[in-house]
Amino acid sequence: MGATAGTRIGARPSPDVSDEVRQTTCYMCACRCGINVHMKDGKVAYIEGNRDHPVNKGVLCAKGSSGIMQHNAPSRLRAPLKRVGPRGSGEFEEISWDEALEIATSWLKPIRETNPEKLAFFTGRDQSQSFTSFWAQNFGTPNYAAHGGFCSVNMAAAGIYTMGGAFWEFGQPDWDRAKLFMIFGVAEDHDSNPIKMGIGRLKANGGKIIGVNPIRSGYNAVADEWVGITPGTDGLFILALIHELMKAGKIDLDYLSRYTNAPAFINESEGPEKGLLLRDEDGKVLVMDRKSKDLVPFDTKGVRPDLNATHERDGVTHRTVFHSMATRYLDPQYAPEAVADQCGVSADRIKAIAALIAKTAFDEAIELDQPWTDFRGETHDKMIGRPVTFHSMRGISAHSNGFQTCRALHVLQILLGSVEVPGGFRFKPPYPKPVEAHPAPHCGVKPMSPLDGPHLGFVRGPEGLALKEDGSPARIDKAFTWENPMSAHGLMHMVIANAHAGDPYKIDTLFMYMANMAWNSTMNTKGTIEMLTDKDENGDYVIPHFIYSDAYSSETVAYADLVLPDTTYLERHDCISLLDRPICEADGAADAIRWPVVEPDRDVRGFQSVLCELGARLDLPAFVNEDGSQKWADYADYIQTHQRKPGIGPLAGFRGEDGDQNGRGAPNPNQLDAYIENGGFWVNHIEEEAQYFKPWNKAYQDWAVEIGILDTPMPYLFQLYVEPMRKFQLAAEGHGDRQPPDHLRQRIKDTMDPLPIWYAPFEGTLVDEEEFPVHALTQRPMAMYHSWGTQNAWLRQIHGRNPLYVPTKIWEANGFKDGDWAKVTSHHGEITVPVAHMAALNDNTVWTWNAIGKRKGAWALKEDAPEATKGFLLNHLIHELLPSRGDGMRWANSDPITGQASWFDLKVRIEKSEAPPDESQPAFPPIKSPVGQGPEDLAWEVGK
Amino acid sequence: MTTLPTQTDKKLGLVIDLDTCVGCHGCVTSCKGWNTQNYGVPLSDKDAYGDPSGTFLNRVHSYEVQPDTGGAAQTIHFPRSCLHCEDAPCVTVCPTGASYKREEDGIVLVNENDCMGCGLCAWACPYGARELDALAGVMKKCTLCVDRIYNENLPEEDRIPACVRTCPAGARHFGDLGDPNSDVSKLVAERGGMDLMPELGTKPVNKYLPPRPKDTLDCSQSLEPVATEAKGFLGWLDKALEKL
Repeated sequence: MGATAGTRIGARPSPDVSDEVRQTTCYMCACRCGINVHMKDGKVAYIEGNRDHPVNKGVLCAKGSSGIMQHNAPSRLRAPLKRVGPRGSGEFEEISWDEALEIATSWLKPIRETNPEKLAFFTGRDQSQSFTSFWAQNFGTPNYAAHGGFCSVNMAAAGIYTMGGAFWEFGQPDWDRAKLFMIFGVAEDHDSNPIKMGIGRLKANGGKIIGVNPIRSGYNAVADEWVGITPGTDGLFILALIHELMKAGKIDLDYLSRYTNAPAFINESEGPEKGLLLRDEDGKVLVMDRKSKDLVPFDTKGVRPDLNATHERDGVTHRTVFHSMATRYLDPQYAPEAVADQCGVSADRIKAIAALIAKTAFDEAIELDQPWTDFRGETHDKMIGRPVTFHSMRGISAHSNGFQTCRALHVLQILLGSVEVPGGFRFKPPYPKPVEAHPAPHCGVKPMSPLDGPHLGFVRGPEGLALKEDGSPARIDKAFTWENPMSAHGLMHMVIANAHAGDPYKIDTLFMYMANMAWNSTMNTKGTIEMLTDKDENGDYVIPHFIYSDAYSSETVAYADLVLPDTTYLERHDCISLLDRPICEADGAADAIRWPVVEPDRDVRGFQSVLCELGARLDLPAFVNEDGSQKWADYADYIQTHQRKPGIGPLAGFRGEDGDQNGRGAPNPNQLDAYIENGGFWVNHIEEEAQYFKPWNKAYQDWAVEIGILDTPMPYLFQLYVEPMRKFQLAAEGHGDRQPPDHLRQRIKDTMDPLPIWYAPFEGTLVDEEEFPVHALTQRPMAMYHSWGTQNAWLRQIHGRNPLYVPTKIWEANGFKDGDWAKVTSHHGEITVPVAHMAALNDNTVWTWNAIGKRKGAWALKEDAPEATKGFLLNHLIHELLPSRGDGMRWANSDPITGQASWFDLKVRIEKSEAPPDESQPAFPPIKSPVGQGPEDLAWEVGK
Repeated sequence: MTTLPTQTDKKLGLVIDLDTCVGCHGCVTSCKGWNTQNYGVPLSDKDAYGDPSGTFLNRVHSYEVQPDTGGAAQTIHFPRSCLHCEDAPCVTVCPTGASYKREEDGIVLVNENDCMGCGLCAWACPYGARELDALAGVMKKCTLCVDRIYNENLPEEDRIPACVRTCPAGARHFGDLGDPNSDVSKLVAERGGMDLMPELGTKPVNKYLPPRPKDTLDCSQSLEPVATEAKGFLGWLDKALEKL
């Protein structure tokens, strides 16, 4: 039959693709890829990756490619909402923006006039933190942070304190030159496309991958070697690798002596100086030259620092950091045989991995014929590279021993000499940046005044803690207190619980943005809902006011008194700023924008623009002109005209009145147009001489100053030994004016070791091992980002339900069959959920996908949506507090150093459910949807 | 019955690297996005916000494999779409001639104007690569983005299927498998590219590159210590530093 051939498509069809392509930045996760948005008839028709963009170079993941479904989701909020029923009922009335801002002003103005700490402003997965923190600082509340505390602050803080930057936004493997890539505990979407691209490149080059993760999915599925480690023991495994490498002398001594504080001297005397580093009058760390035996500042020209010197002064012995490391890590407690059982990895395998690392780093070293000059003025004719590189994320950081584990990993990298060298790990501007280049936290509150400085930062010792004069916490989340002194990102997961408990004090208004705190973004979901709805003896809510901004009808919307509807990512201005969470490449500085490729068809506004107006209504100093009028019309206006310091603004590209200046320059009134013209982003490349050894490379430091990343060159040493931690230990030992409460002394001494240690995760040591023998984890799927994918008609067909995956041993022991359900119990709660078998899984671990379970009535889904009936959250099993010790104290389920939420410390018991329920338990009553329900069927074609 | 061409000028198809595919589903939704806006009727979704069931031309399945050697279980991500078979049973079974294989490039297409939605082709395809769109009642399948690969309205580098363009890991390759000198043919030769279920005699054009062997680290390897305890190590250290 060929009679119908005439109606077939032509041999070489060449149909019109779209009317126009608009280039902006994806927001389907935090990866922030460049996208081409194809428009037809003024509507979004198709989204693909932008080939010129530094992050994704044209590719795009499942989330990004489904952006059209997010942009058109029926769960989009339509107008400001005022609550008219009780909290949690979902009963709202739509109001005007004028009324909404008037209500917000009426709550916030009195707070600012009397006690600004009564406002808690926390912004979740915010990508505009340099702006929202600026607003909060102007308001004057000490209570601001984004979501880092319940995400990966351990990774970020350990990286900054150790080497001046961490993974993901701070740096990347040298994908083109690495030969061995080791990836620890990476949820599948962090960081999304660059890792996938890098793995593809590495494999094409014949490189090897070792995946360390209890679960063999995603990146671990394509790894050549899978190490199905026991959760929470990564630190021990890493210290055993260090033990093996040191014992064999497979460490980069030249690198350690030149670029780290390994040759610095530790004071060994008992007393207030014990453990501090020997410094000169200017505070510079002193090292001993190997030849002359002179004690000189670390940056002295020509010095060859001795790693094994001893220095006696005034009867006090000083030995090097490296000496301490050798003494500690050569100890048999870190031998592979000693850790194998605990880690669930055989001693032989640990030794073989150490041997492979050593062979790759030292026998397959790289030499680039690229001269460079270091900060001491010495010129090197080559760049020597160690082609072993690492990446890690939440899997190792979301434990109560996470900070020390992340530190251990960085120390391993540094011992190999594989940071900032060819084939190793490379920083991305504005990193590297030493702790000294970061602010310290501020908490000076005064009515009608801005805060005395930035909220968040890096403490250098007890003097930097955010404490009131009486020693009580200055912040509602107790960040920067003795409970978690180095909590660089705050503790968003403790805000509602602390505000409800009035510990450390009561607040008046909770103001949140983009964080689903009444559902998947919180520990103890049911308890958090109760805290939000709890009333005092007068019948008033314990947390009196709750303002929430979100683009979608999430579970949390139902608990707000006032809802400020945000736009979708295609309807808004944003800047992906160097002042914020940057998107740079190792070879260059980059930033980007979002701009409204379509205008909203609802009465919604970009949250940042709303803050511009709210700031003016509240007379916040930076948000009004001298005559009291509103300073920035909207966020776009702020992006183009705000200067953080002279010449430095939110966007580094196209500065100066003519737009011809990079990094530094006067505001450009046409800057956003220049970005749009350039594809939505800006890149400034680093010359070859400056591309490696950045913390010590003179050419890099000069470039960084030129484009405004640094004010002055700041070369520094990697901190194998983190002296600020020792200062907290000294306080716990009784030295100094600022003293911790007695109940915390021992914990500070035990955990704040200035050299990496391992200790068992807290929850596991506090519950009965026999009662709760199994580890329980979540992983974030590649095709779904937090809760945001759930309303996405395409993505929810990929992940619409989430069984609990059970390893063979537990599956067989319980006699599970396909279709079975299990009761899972922790010290805190119980869930009953569907199970599925998975063999490629640690023997003693169960897991599920993160944030798939949804509450009925949320996200414009039908009540019988599988997310609401078969999906579930592990959050019901996790408490924000550790099991009670009977001491009347509220001990946070967090890392004792940074306050990072210890999601993955969870221990459970699993039993077959003999009478499976109809739906996952606990089931919550439906909430009334403020936006109705999505349409029945979709056939989404535009422009025909 | 519909006849197949005796031979085609080219054998355009995909080479999918199972060693590199991380299972991200980028190809799945990129395909859905392009093909909803382009060739034929849109790929619909029934009960989109309830218990959804939509049409996809490309899906990714995950399988666990227990190696014969007794090592740890492995996870394989397996993208599945039309293989544009040389001996395509879906074409010969078509009662209206709607399904056909192009002589010029070997692409198997459905002329939707002539498709009556009988579903015989989907039944005949052993790979489950065709899906009847529940809303339109029309058979849908991978077109190899026939409306992209020749499209002069696209930049030349973008004249490839949407799934290939978007794949973050670079696990998908497109080209002429009939030309032994093409990049894709060379890749197949180099990596031992395989037919899917060759015993069925469908002669698929698409090829899969098998996963490389996993967990092969020789665990008898270990490092030779320079010393067994800290003191001996520090002695070694002094000597090693002298050599720097």
